[in-house]
Amino acid sequence: MADNVTPRVRVPRDATAGETITIKTLISHPMESGQRKDGDGNTIPRSIINRFTCEFNGEMVIDVTLEPAISTNPFVEFEAVVPESGSFVFTWYDDDGDVYTETKEIAVS
Amino acid sequence: MNFTRRNTLWMAMGTAIATVLPFKAFADVDADIAAFTGGAEIGSEGITLVAPEIAENGNTVPVEVNAPGAEAIMILAAGNPTPAVGTFNFGPLAGSQFASTRIRLAGTQDVVAIARMPDGSFVQASQEVKVTIGGCGG
Repeated sequence: MADNVTPRVRVPRDATAGETITIKTLISHPMESGQRKDGDGNTIPRSIINRFTCEFNGEMVIDVTLEPAISTNPFVEFEAVVPESGSFVFTWYDDDGDVYTETKEIAVS
Repeated sequence: MNFTRRNTLWMAMGTAIATVLPFKAFADVDADIAAFTGGAEIGSEGITLVAPEIAENGNTVPVEVNAPGAEAIMILAAGNPTPAVGTFNFGPLAGSQFASTRIRLAGTQDVVAIARMPDGSFVQASQEVKVTIGGCGG
C-alpha cells in the first residue's frame, strides 16, 4: 500500500432538485509511473491509482481510467446532476489492489 | 568508399535517432486511437480541449475537456513514452460531459482528446503544449 493515501472531496452541502453541481476530488498518492529509475539505475515499479468512479445513490456519474501520465495526487473535477437527496460514493482503485472510498451526503431542497 | 571510424559512428548515431524515437511514439498513438475508435472516421466539431500553451512544469499540466453529449472522452499525450493518459466514461447522472484533471508531459508535444458520441461517431481536438521541464523524471 502506498503511504498516506488521503482522499479529499468537495461537494456542496445542499442543492435544488435537478441542479448541476461541480465536484472536485483529489487523492494524495505518489502515482509512480514505472518510467523512473532510482539512484542505482533500477526501474522503480509502477504503482498508480488506475481507476476512479463516482456514484450517486447507486447510479454512475463518472468512471475514469487513469494511466501513468496522470500527475501525482490525481485531481479530477467534473459535474453531476442531483435529482434527490442522497450520498455520493467516490472510489479509487490502486494498482496493489487497495480500494479507497469516501462518501459525501447532499441534501436536496 | 572508405568508412573511417568517425564516419561509422556518426552514421550509427543518426540512424538510431531517426528510427527509434519518432516512429515508436507515433505507432503507439495510432494503436491507442484505433483501439478506442475501432478505425472509424474522426470529426472535429463538438469537442473542446483546454490546455496551457506553455507549461513550465511537465509534472502537472492542467487539462480540461468538454464534449457535450459524449459517452466517453479519451486523452492522449502524443509525445509521452506511453501516450495514453486517461479515459472519462460519463454515466447517466453526469451533469455535463466536462472533466478537468492534471497530467504529466515528457516534453513539448501535442495533447489529443477524442470523444465517442452515442451515435457511434468520434470527434477529436488537439493542442500543442510547450513544456520547459519534462515530467517523466528520466
